[in-house]
Amino acid sequence: MFKRFLASITGEAIALFARLVTAVRGIWAGVEPVRRQRIYFANHTSNGDFVLLWTVLPPSLRAETRPVAAADYWLTSNLRAFVGRDVFNAVLIDRNPDTRTDDPVGQMVEALEDGSSLILFPEGKRNMDHDVPLLPFKAGLFHVATRRRDVELVPVWIENLNRVMPKGEVIPVPLICTVSFGAPIQLGDGEDKATFLARAEAALLSLKEGAA
Amino acid sequence: MNAPAEFGTLMLGVLGILTFATVVAQILRGRIGDSPVIENLVARINAWWGMVALLALAMLGGRGGVVVLFAIVSFAALREFLTLTAKSRADHWALLASFFVVLPMQYALIYTDWYGMYSIFIPVYAFLFLPIVSVLHGDTDGFLMRVAETQWGLMICVFAASHVPALLSLEIAGFEGKNVLLVAFLVVVVQLSDVLQYVWGKLLGKRKIAPKLSPSKTWEGFLGGVLSASAVGAGLWWMTPFAPWQAALLALVITLMGFFGGLVMSAIKRDKGVKDWGHLIAGHGGFIDRLDSVVFSAPVFFHLVRYFWSAV
Repeated sequence: MFKRFLASITGEAIALFARLVTAVRGIWAGVEPVRRQRIYFANHTSNGDFVLLWTVLPPSLRAETRPVAAADYWLTSNLRAFVGRDVFNAVLIDRNPDTRTDDPVGQMVEALEDGSSLILFPEGKRNMDHDVPLLPFKAGLFHVATRRRDVELVPVWIENLNRVMPKGEVIPVPLICTVSFGAPIQLGDGEDKATFLARAEAALLSLKEGAA
Repeated sequence: MNAPAEFGTLMLGVLGILTFATVVAQILRGRIGDSPVIENLVARINAWWGMVALLALAMLGGRGGVVVLFAIVSFAALREFLTLTAKSRADHWALLASFFVVLPMQYALIYTDWYGMYSIFIPVYAFLFLPIVSVLHGDTDGFLMRVAETQWGLMICVFAASHVPALLSLEIAGFEGKNVLLVAFLVVVVQLSDVLQYVWGKLLGKRKIAPKLSPSKTWEGFLGGVLSASAVGAGLWWMTPFAPWQAALLALVITLMGFFGGLVMSAIKRDKGVKDWGHLIAGHGGFIDRLDSVVFSAPVFFHLVRYFWSAV
């Protein structure tokens, strides 16, 4: 009980901090912020990415929107585990295929079965190369989409956060960030993996120009 | 600081204008119906209510109130400016220093009234030390562009803006305890000039004055706005240490600086490919969109008053 209260206060504090530093604004260009089951798939340049996306969601949607995050990062300390598990209720997946006991796709589908929406970074890791806007997508998005065709797949472009907090830096520079939500895409009938992932990448990239 | 009696009179006038504007906007909405122009007008007027309330509260809070308000405004403006400038990872510490060392230091110096330091702190010390912080990280790509744009942001958003609260420290014989009225005079005249340029432009505007920079600015708006705001400035002489003709001349100078300041900041927006600096002030855009004219006129107004009226 107390832990849940602490988690919700911490969540609000993190969202407030994100707003104070980045004055973040959600641009709902392709969808409305309404209660529908969705997978928000976004570009990944900073550990703060899902915080920013979560911050611009209406509070009523936050509770049922779970980020998919790396267990190897979020379970390394008690504080991280509290933030990852209790505050954001993350779906923690093991990125290492050799050691993992749970199947990440299965974990994501299970979370969807419970009625949650997901925040997913299909690049699989943070993009550190400034010359390449997006790394090639991993197959997870495709596999989840195959098993849950009814869920909306919403591309989300997060602009500028990598400048606010470059990798390895601890103190954020206050710069304005935007989070743009594009029109949802769906897996086509008989569409193969490569075609679908290319289409998803293109849908995400198309938001970049509009957001700047 | 207790607000001088003139401040109350001025506030009554400002509230009268805002009430009038609100009524006119509602009548227009009733006649024409909701159009984007009317919606924007209503949003602008509502934002004015908020800005006037904040500014009045700050002024009632005296020096501390005005310094804190402008420090916050500088922070928001600098954030808008540096979001658009050239920078690389190597500048992280220089940017942090701009926000968390240079900005608070400048306003602390203003608060403690150390003229000899606050008038050179950014042009000399920040100017020389921030490039040193950046160069230590060894990235030379676009180096001059990066350090120059950061310095420009600090000069505009922090140094120039801080001259508004600096007006509180001028010592003018026979005007003791009333300096907050200088701030009010500057802000009212400059902002009224912006509003009147907009109104004259909407009513009579035909000939564009700077089509490349700002397609909505017209000669009719410019002349009507600057002249009528200067006339209002002259009419406000009773709350200043100036004679009516001096008030008119100073009002003319600050409205002209304000107008050209708006053009300069527009040119930067065009260069960077954005329409507004930000989105935090509904109907107006960002903090810089609302403050560009104040920022350009404040240092000039400050130094004119200091040179001709101040004892020290």
